[in-house]
Amino acid sequence: MTVLNSPVQPPPVKHAQIQELDSAIVRFAGDSGDGMQLAGTQFTNASAILGNDIATFPDFPAEIRAPAGTLAGVSGFQVHFSRNDIHTPGDSLNTLIAMNPAALKTNIKDLETGGILIVNADAFGPGDLHKAGYKSNPLDDGSLKSYRLIKVPINVLNRAAVSEIKMSPREADRCKNFFALGLVYWLYERSLDPTVRWIKDKFAKNPAVLEANIRTLKAGYNFGETTEALPVHYRVAPAQIKPGKYRKITGNEAIALGLVAGSQLSNLPLCYATYPITPASDILHQLAGYKRYGVRTLQAEDEIAAIGMAIGAAFGGALGVTATSGPGVCLKSEAIGLAVITELPLIIIDVQRGGPSTGLPTKTEQADLLQAMFGRNGECPVAIVAPCSPADCFNMVFEAARLAIGFMTPVFLLSDGYLANGAEPWLIPNVADLPKINIKHPTAPNGNGNGQAPHFLPYKRDSRLVREWAIPGTPGLEHRIGGLEKEDVTGNVSYDPQNHEHMVRTRAQKIANIANEIPPLEVKGPDHGDVLVIGWGGTFGSISTAVERCQRKGLKVAQAHLRYLNPMPKNTGAVLQNYRRVLVPELNRGQLRMLLRAEYLIDAVGLNKVQGKPFLVSEIEEKIEQLINDKHGKVTMRVDGKLMDEFVDDAGNAN
Amino acid sequence: MATTTPLLTLTAKELASDQEVRWCPGCGDYSILAQMKKALAGVGVPREKMVFISGIGCSSRFPYYMNTYGFHSIHGRAPTFATGLKACRPDLQVWVITGDGDGLSIGGNHLIHCIRRNVDLKIILFNNEIYGLTKGQYSPTSRIGTRTKSSPLGSIDNPLRPLSIAIGAEATFVARTVDVDINHLTETLRKASAHKGTAFVEIYQNCKIFNDGVFEYATDKSIKADNTLYLEHGKPLIFGKDRNKGIRLHGLDPEVVTLGSGINVDDLLIHDEKAEEPSLAYLLSRMVYPRFPECVGVFRNVERPTYDDLLNQQIEEAVKAKGRGKLDELFAADDTWVVQ
Repeated sequence: MTVLNSPVQPPPVKHAQIQELDSAIVRFAGDSGDGMQLAGTQFTNASAILGNDIATFPDFPAEIRAPAGTLAGVSGFQVHFSRNDIHTPGDSLNTLIAMNPAALKTNIKDLETGGILIVNADAFGPGDLHKAGYKSNPLDDGSLKSYRLIKVPINVLNRAAVSEIKMSPREADRCKNFFALGLVYWLYERSLDPTVRWIKDKFAKNPAVLEANIRTLKAGYNFGETTEALPVHYRVAPAQIKPGKYRKITGNEAIALGLVAGSQLSNLPLCYATYPITPASDILHQLAGYKRYGVRTLQAEDEIAAIGMAIGAAFGGALGVTATSGPGVCLKSEAIGLAVITELPLIIIDVQRGGPSTGLPTKTEQADLLQAMFGRNGECPVAIVAPCSPADCFNMVFEAARLAIGFMTPVFLLSDGYLANGAEPWLIPNVADLPKINIKHPTAPNGNGNGQAPHFLPYKRDSRLVREWAIPGTPGLEHRIGGLEKEDVTGNVSYDPQNHEHMVRTRAQKIANIANEIPPLEVKGPDHGDVLVIGWGGTFGSISTAVERCQRKGLKVAQAHLRYLNPMPKNTGAVLQNYRRVLVPELNRGQLRMLLRAEYLIDAVGLNKVQGKPFLVSEIEEKIEQLINDKHGKVTMRVDGKLMDEFVDDAGNAN
Repeated sequence: MATTTPLLTLTAKELASDQEVRWCPGCGDYSILAQMKKALAGVGVPREKMVFISGIGCSSRFPYYMNTYGFHSIHGRAPTFATGLKACRPDLQVWVITGDGDGLSIGGNHLIHCIRRNVDLKIILFNNEIYGLTKGQYSPTSRIGTRTKSSPLGSIDNPLRPLSIAIGAEATFVARTVDVDINHLTETLRKASAHKGTAFVEIYQNCKIFNDGVFEYATDKSIKADNTLYLEHGKPLIFGKDRNKGIRLHGLDPEVVTLGSGINVDDLLIHDEKAEEPSLAYLLSRMVYPRFPECVGVFRNVERPTYDDLLNQQIEEAVKAKGRGKLDELFAADDTWVVQ
């Protein structure tokens, strides 16, 4: 651990001209074996430590090493860094680093006109061009003339930088991502120190590789300083964000930390049982290293076993957690139903990815909302929460723990691939300020009526309809639970029709009661207006930015973001009534929109994208403007407490 | 004079829950329930420390009838709930109650993985070679040619031998017993209770309604001595009404021999439940009536570290090495920076 005072002073710069920027967007792109994720992560760390606000978007193929040089094998890492408060990785790039023709071809469309394009000129031979499907060399044929093309012979310069170190040419070539990184560090005036430190730590056991990486990193930096191809470089000052101690965090890291926090503040041991699946596995990797925090990680034989283990742990008094992605949720469905009927606390983390079936394992999507709501047999309600940013994953998984324990229920946390791998600065909370989660396992029987000896009634409930969590090992509270319908209060197996209906309603009401203990839906912007943009999950950043831009244009647009999806905050219906149109942008075909329409009878309009990619800000912005200009659509709104119908023809739902 | 702590004893009655038992009249499950209560009354484990976890099927109603902690879970998955529970609560004695369909068909995967990990669980598999609760379809242990509602011309699926599966997954304790042999059943359950690690017990259990008499060769007093072989550690494999038949190794295969006429006891296989390698136990598990007598008793009983112990040791050692982890140091366990 290193504590630094912000801002870290970048190294002094010699002669190139410096230009101040508010923010910049850079993408590293290359073969999946080229180390682009690493370069992007290091650049992110350096920018975070410098004090910029950051938002990142790693984008990589499902194959570990797709055939080298092909379009399918391109891996990219986008970093947006700013002196302002930012919410997204950005729509278009200021700088693109393309390590080969395939990376150029798949990424060039995202580079702004006039943007800086740094290419590894050594990777543009006839064979490389052919693999990427180029008929002529784009570096020479004039097709890139609208960009500031910087051709850098990275292979040659990298080999020269490491020439004094004894290593094979193949090993030497593996260092070239650090050359590119060094060059970009110069371009945006970042300190090399965090990366040098990381290299020293990572390659401590391999001095040759350690030395080679540092040399080529510095060579890249020095190349920037001396080349005349780059007459200008840029400075992005530290962001004016809330004072405090920060670190960079991804969504998956935040979930791991939030779970440990939930465990310690509830004083329950954490039992994390899971089966490896993209994009959730990193949570397992991280928690597996937390043994001295009392964390038990169980790598199960399959998805079903994983949730079974978590439920078994919960029965024994642990904080039981399982994590997966959509395909795994399918397999866990029956066991989720068991946790619902036995009323045990459980956290189910679904890091969503493109579906159906295996779908797009490494790409983001938010199409599991209805699966979480309804994807089980019988009337089977669970609580659902969804973080809205990587750092918010910490808050919401902590909330999941609070609600699961507080209401003796399974709670779904819906993250997604974008949140899981994306990073942002995290204001480290003060541990003393985190709320305690109070639980009292009963130690004495709660039943002794009807002339019976004192005994434990597993389904005796408090006024919130929550049962007591008696755990094995407690004398006198022996009881049996299970998947057969139970008589309320006693927990005896019951096939009685009236009891079944009563239990179904009770389980539903218990989940509904959660609405009494969650914060109201917040609105950012005018409390009445033309358009309310309401979303959930990882689309928050794009929606916020789009709404802010529209507000700056004077449009009467507000934003609300649901972090609690079942139940929704109590004021949700009232908020929805206050706007002429309701827009629901989602990376699915309209799942939240369906729920809102069903629950609140509101004529919500969707903006739906299912490409495995997050929204661009511009996509949402355009839709908002289109809605405001569109005078069609039957609209219900509340004016001075009365429902008013403003009738026009129904055209708003074409999406 | 030193005082000793008296052993905790329970009565079978104290182990009975207040629920009405709802198996069919004459079902083998009644005997297993009765012997379980009898066996556990004397093992020294307090009631509140015992947990019964089951899947789905007739046998899986078992936990409702024991006045201990119990969990009637979902089909085939009981070992998973038990593993999670035992991993977090090593102080509990956890029993898994399953059947041939539950444990070997829908739950086969969990069974073998639970066994290979050697989680300290007692797995009792009631084998009646039929699906009872779904009203009589053939099961993964039904013999070829079994005629049922779903196999009117006779089943064509080759059956699994439960003990071969358990031994293949290297179970540390493997035994077979029979529902009506109540003393042997009680004794076997006691031995399972005493074992540290996964104890796997197959019980031949008669289904009166859908598969009555399927184990008659092993239960009928007039013929069972010729069709079963009661294993004893360190003793030669002898069986038969007249105790004059034995098992000898011929190459890698067992063969039935008659003692006398030049064959004596020294020629017979000696049972060794402590053998490190599971080969002998596996060979015994492959002996199937009518070609062979079927073995009853403890096939294998060895020691190996348990999953739950290893898991909890890793935690203890990590805490010992660096102290119990604190949240604030965890949060800051990466590069941090301060914004003024």
